[in-house]
Amino acid sequence: MTKSELISRIAELNPHLYLRDIEKIVETFFEEITKALANGDRVELRGFGAFSVKERDARIGRNPRTGEKVEVDAKRLPFFKTGKALRDRLNEE
Amino acid sequence: MSQKTITRADLADAIFENLGLSRNDSSDLVENIIDEMSDALVRDESVKISSFGSFSARQKAERIGRNPKTGEEVPITPRKVLVFRASHVLKNRINDSV
Repeated sequence: MTKSELISRIAELNPHLYLRDIEKIVETFFEEITKALANGDRVELRGFGAFSVKERDARIGRNPRTGEKVEVDAKRLPFFKTGKALRDRLNEE
Repeated sequence: MSQKTITRADLADAIFENLGLSRNDSSDLVENIIDEMSDALVRDESVKISSFGSFSARQKAERIGRNPKTGEEVPITPRKVLVFRASHVLKNRINDSV
């Protein structure tokens, strides 16, 4: 399922709304999650999962081919943990 | 920086403010989006959201685990786990603010 397929599905479920509004709604949904993570906040969608940001310290890495040392900057990485309800649904037959 | 937790209600508020839908409609739409993504994943479809990231279910084989307290061997049943891969756009947005 792509974003545009998701938009079509939401449009089918909400025939009273304009397609361009559905597009904005879906954009807003992911934009708000992105903004929260950029602020260093957590996003918890109970039952689906939680997004958080993990900090990685700067370190000295090595180019595996040449063995040369390279400085790797500190960075922040997005992280997702599946919610219990969805994990259970994935595993029920 | 003090950390906040954003929930469904905050996402519904943003939709309410950006689009002027009713609060009820806004929270129904948040629910619709989450349900549709969950259903696709349960059907074994991957969910790809451009400039955000992709979710897919991965099958894990059975393996032998160990109870760390007793040292007892226990089989870990085969199961599906969800994997989220953040897009470069999302990773860059998260690091721009540093």
